[in-house]
Amino acid sequence: MGFLDIDKATKSYGSMEVLHNVDISVAEGEFLVLVGPSGCGKSTLLNMIAGLEEISSGEIRIRDAVMNGVHPSKRNIAMVFQSYALYPNMTVGQNITFGLEMHGTPKAERERAMAEVAKLLQIEQLLDRKPGQLSGGQRQRVAMGRALVRNPDVFLFDEPLSNLDAKLRVDMRTEIKKLHQKLGTTIVYVTHDQIEAMTLSTRIAVMNGGYVQQLGTPKEIYDTPANLFVATFMGSPSMNLVPVRVRVDGNAVYADTENDRGERFSLAFFEPSAGLRPYDGKMVTLGVRPEALTDIDGADQRSTHVERFENTVIVTEPAGSDTFVTTTIGGRECVARMRSDADVAPGRSTTFAVNMEKAVAFDPETETRIV
Amino acid sequence: MAVATQDTAIRTGRVARTFIYLVLILFALFYMLPLYVMLVNSVKPLSEITGGGMMSLPQVWTIEPWLSAWSTAQIGVQPTGLRPYFWNSISMVVPAVAISTVLGALNGYVLTKWRFRGDTILFGLMLFACFIPFQIVLIPMAAVLGVLGLAGSTAGLVLVHVVYGVGFTTLYFRNYYAVFPTELVRAAQIDGAGFFRIFWRILLPSSGPIAVVSIIWQFTNIWNDFLFGASFASGEGAPMTVALNNLVQSSTGVKEYNVHFAAAILAALPTLLVYIVAGRYFVRGLMAGSVKG
Repeated sequence: MGFLDIDKATKSYGSMEVLHNVDISVAEGEFLVLVGPSGCGKSTLLNMIAGLEEISSGEIRIRDAVMNGVHPSKRNIAMVFQSYALYPNMTVGQNITFGLEMHGTPKAERERAMAEVAKLLQIEQLLDRKPGQLSGGQRQRVAMGRALVRNPDVFLFDEPLSNLDAKLRVDMRTEIKKLHQKLGTTIVYVTHDQIEAMTLSTRIAVMNGGYVQQLGTPKEIYDTPANLFVATFMGSPSMNLVPVRVRVDGNAVYADTENDRGERFSLAFFEPSAGLRPYDGKMVTLGVRPEALTDIDGADQRSTHVERFENTVIVTEPAGSDTFVTTTIGGRECVARMRSDADVAPGRSTTFAVNMEKAVAFDPETETRIV
Repeated sequence: MAVATQDTAIRTGRVARTFIYLVLILFALFYMLPLYVMLVNSVKPLSEITGGGMMSLPQVWTIEPWLSAWSTAQIGVQPTGLRPYFWNSISMVVPAVAISTVLGALNGYVLTKWRFRGDTILFGLMLFACFIPFQIVLIPMAAVLGVLGLAGSTAGLVLVHVVYGVGFTTLYFRNYYAVFPTELVRAAQIDGAGFFRIFWRILLPSSGPIAVVSIIWQFTNIWNDFLFGASFASGEGAPMTVALNNLVQSSTGVKEYNVHFAAAILAALPTLLVYIVAGRYFVRGLMAGSVKG
């Protein structure tokens, strides 16, 4: 039993099911991020936790109390909306205390709670202003203040940063993370931004088409994606996917492919899993993250298994901190993340290093990772 | 657009502009003419009017016609002036406007924020109310008022005008609330506010402009209505418009044109006042929601 349990939750509109048997258990103090492309059902799931949408079947429990049919205001949750949803006719102070007022908290206590939250979020000087007079970042803080003042069991964030400009978004992201570390509250956070998901969460649920594709820590999601969708959705630039032929040779398992000149080469799998052996002679999809495909000097020094091969550079994209190099492996364009001063030029051949410790393989039919 | 008009104004030059203003002033004068006639004739003795001086300024200024129209003129059989009927109209208009506006706001709130199956169809049907000619409903309405025991009373007139006005006010408020962010309602729900509390504390305070539109529209229509007033309230319960008609149409005695003019201005005064006080919100409210942002 977790702190927040989503137990086989299903949502359907008429005969159309938009969420299928979602099972997630969130422990107290966890920061769960629901991430996925638009229309994947993540916001619907959040609204179901909030009580703004009904649960078609299954259960949602907070502190072991079943929440199905319980009014949003009685679930002891607080929500930060994408548009902030600040009441335009009320001052910042009134916005923050409105919820307390509705719950019949005495005025003195409301004032005290408001002062506390205002201090925490450094919005004391804004309390008498109307939301219309605030900047985007300030509104964001007020919206969080309104959620914090209730001292809820679970915080729900619905894409709270997507209305901010790029610079402010990064700042507020750090701010939210700080706040979580400081207060240790339980948070469910919806975003379509995989970087937000990676940086903020203690666990991520990657969703697509109404299914939870994978639930795990950011590292699990990133290093061992459950399927091709998760592999390509998380990470930027996204994971390189190369069709390779599996060749079993004694204890070793190799991935056979070719470079863009048609020269064949083999990459040996690191500690090949048992699941890979039956694929002997068949095609699988090899997944390699751009940072695991580098120049020789840029390869992870701690990795015990780095393979090398020669290939032609097609395009170089210097990005300051790194240089992204495009090449073709097995007929697919791949991006390698090299050091910024790597000696590469378009049209020339260079030696690539693959950190096979980080390589994963997928079944091209089922699109799931081979374990 | 402002730049464009300025541009043309510069190019048309002084002569053309003088001409344009002359024409405009001419039209303004033409439109003001009836008001002028009403005003000057309401402050001169009857003999000056019957003597043929309709357009001239009074030789003898008097407020006697106004006093007469207000309190002593013969209306029907009683020499009461318009005063009691003025209060009849007020006690009809104020509740009718208030009730239809509040109902319209509630309807708009439900139709946009508490949507249910078939709500658009219901709204479409309510819009029909805006297109029903008064004459069609006279007889069924009379029957309903009879059944309710409200025939011939001010309360009956209030009911008629509320029923007739709710289509318009619902249209106004629905379109206004359609662009009102639903997330605000959801936030208030999570904060623990109920159906009426959300309406009262969140939506209504932001509804100023559209409320003004609704009030002006309803006030003007109800105050100026003659047909319902003449059909469903007779004698002492009649509204101002009916009384004015009775005053002017009386078949006996001398036609006191100066009193008639004064009475007509008195009857038009409240709507004029409402426009002057709230008019600048009117256009603002009508424009609201037409442009997003």
